[in-house]
Amino acid sequence: MRTGLQKWMLAVGAAAFFMLPLTSRAQLTTLDIASRDNMQSHVAGHTGHVDDGKDDYHRYCEGCHGDMGDGNGEVAQWLQPPMWPKPRNFQLGVFKCRSTPTGTLPTDDDLFDAITRGFDRSAMPIWSVFTKYQLANLVAYVKHFSPRFVSEKPGTPITIPPEPEVTPERIKNGREVFNRVQCWKCHGVQGMANGPSASTLQDDLGFPIAPFNFTDGTRPKCGDTDQDIYRIFMTGLDGTPMPSFADNIKPDEAWDLVFYLRTLMKQPSKAKEIAKTLNLKPVNPNP
Amino acid sequence: MKKAQNLVAIVSMLVLVCCGALLLNQKVSAAGEGKITGNVKFEGAAPHMRGIDMSKDPYCVKATSANPAHMETTLVGSSGGLENVVLYIDGWSGDATVEKNVPIFDQKNCMYVPHVLPLDVNQTFKVTTSDNTAHNIHPLPNPMVNVGWNQSQPPGAPPIEKSWKNPEAIRVQCNIHPWMQGWFVVVKGPYAVSDSSGNYTINNVPPGSYTVKAWHEPDQTQTQKVTVSAGQAATASFSFK
Ligand code: HEC
Ligand code: HEC
Repeated sequence: MRTGLQKWMLAVGAAAFFMLPLTSRAQLTTLDIASRDNMQSHVAGHTGHVDDGKDDYHRYCEGCHGDMGDGNGEVAQWLQPPMWPKPRNFQLGVFKCRSTPTGTLPTDDDLFDAITRGFDRSAMPIWSVFTKYQLANLVAYVKHFSPRFVSEKPGTPITIPPEPEVTPERIKNGREVFNRVQCWKCHGVQGMANGPSASTLQDDLGFPIAPFNFTDGTRPKCGDTDQDIYRIFMTGLDGTPMPSFADNIKPDEAWDLVFYLRTLMKQPSKAKEIAKTLNLKPVNPNP
Repeated sequence: MKKAQNLVAIVSMLVLVCCGALLLNQKVSAAGEGKITGNVKFEGAAPHMRGIDMSKDPYCVKATSANPAHMETTLVGSSGGLENVVLYIDGWSGDATVEKNVPIFDQKNCMYVPHVLPLDVNQTFKVTTSDNTAHNIHPLPNPMVNVGWNQSQPPGAPPIEKSWKNPEAIRVQCNIHPWMQGWFVVVKGPYAVSDSSGNYTINNVPPGSYTVKAWHEPDQTQTQKVTVSAGQAATASFSFK
């Protein structure tokens, strides 16, 4: 004789089993997500736990990223791309800001940095109010939504050689790299987000997305140090049209490109000063 | 009591032997392999494939000036044959990654050549560029099934070597040239793709009973049952609308 509870469990089990192939394509079940409750993060000298990140997630993040991490929180419907990108769907395990190659998972540090930094030109706030321990727990919580963090390891972060001294030659060479690999197709010759392909760009979910405008003083989403900018074009922003150039720009050239991008940006920099003194301007590669 | 136990033992033995035979049936050695061949037709008038406006990129306009590009979503040959249909064995239970060659997916004259590339699970393929303009190659798998990526290929870029872990029809696109849309059709086991007359042959099929599946973009499929005998060709022809 089976008890009532046993029967009930069997029924739920069977239903979950038959629903899995259907839901796994579109959305995960709470059951599946709960199976990763032991997910951890190791970051900023702490070990983060799902249980300890739960309260903060539901209080501070759920409104946008959703109860199930699918990016469909209450607020999501009011966010209209390209002005306001949709909140990230954590179930897909696809992230923009990575130190790791395109097609690989970010490290715990990458997620930690993304949460702390916030996303300029988006509703994603800067979360500097949390302690490092709270952030580590949130990283574990974000990871537990995606099965990828169980089946795969994060990619190996790319190596960034030490930053060389900026020189006029390097800036000029960076301008050549910008034209050779054709960043201008999307970003425009002046970096004003008005390249010939800019108007038709869509992200992986089919929403319109604008290329970064170097000239309007906004910050790159994945950080605004020289190292961050180097990392952005060498790893790409997964889930968006912004590709990885790792196979086509050599490390030394990559620094030259960073210096050239600095001359396009509004923020003051040494590269910008040099370009101003020498009157180094963008060159239109199209005759 | 004893009798009943014997009966259970005999029945389970029988079941085991039958299952074993069924499994073996599909894994007979390569020596006596057969094939599946046939034709894929398009029923009714071929849809008009409209021309592509490449004015975004003067290089592409020039590259296609002699031979204007058009959409490739439904390519019907003069005899009504349907091109770019992928044919494979549904529920393949034979060896993993039987297809061992390294096919090439080229970016040429701002189009993908071929438009549809069938692949075995874990089969290596190469993405190359023949163009003197920058592309970015950006496959869009379902992230729950396969892992996507997005890499630039400016003029002279080295080939990219990749493979896919799970069966899925994966759309691939270039964000710089939004008309560039193609497919990686990842299946398990041997496959074929129909040519411009709609003909196809799946080679290296061990004798056995199979369900042949035919896929045409974006998500049309049909199936047919066939029996392949050693060294022989079984036929299965399909018709899409
Ligand atoms: C007001 C809405 C909102 C809230 C609240 C919010 N986010 Fe976000 N979040 C977003 C949006 C929108 C994006 C996507 C931004 C983009 O793609 O440019 C995002 C992106 C992210 C990413 C993706 C990083 C990457 O590299 O792709 C992470 C991780 C993240 N949020 C974590 C959190 C955490 C943790 C919290 C709570 C502490 C939180 N978010 C609260 C709106 C929000
Ligand atoms: C296919 C179009 C395309 C090409 C080519 C392209 N980008 Fe981008 N880029 C984008 C898009 C779209 C974004 C915005 C992504 C977002 O906001 O999520 C972007 C964003 C960026 C950002 C800002 C990222 C951030 O964190 O906000 C930088 C920096 C950048 N690109 C540099 C480059 C450089 C350098 C090149 C050439 C080596 C290049 N891009 C080529 C489309 C492109």
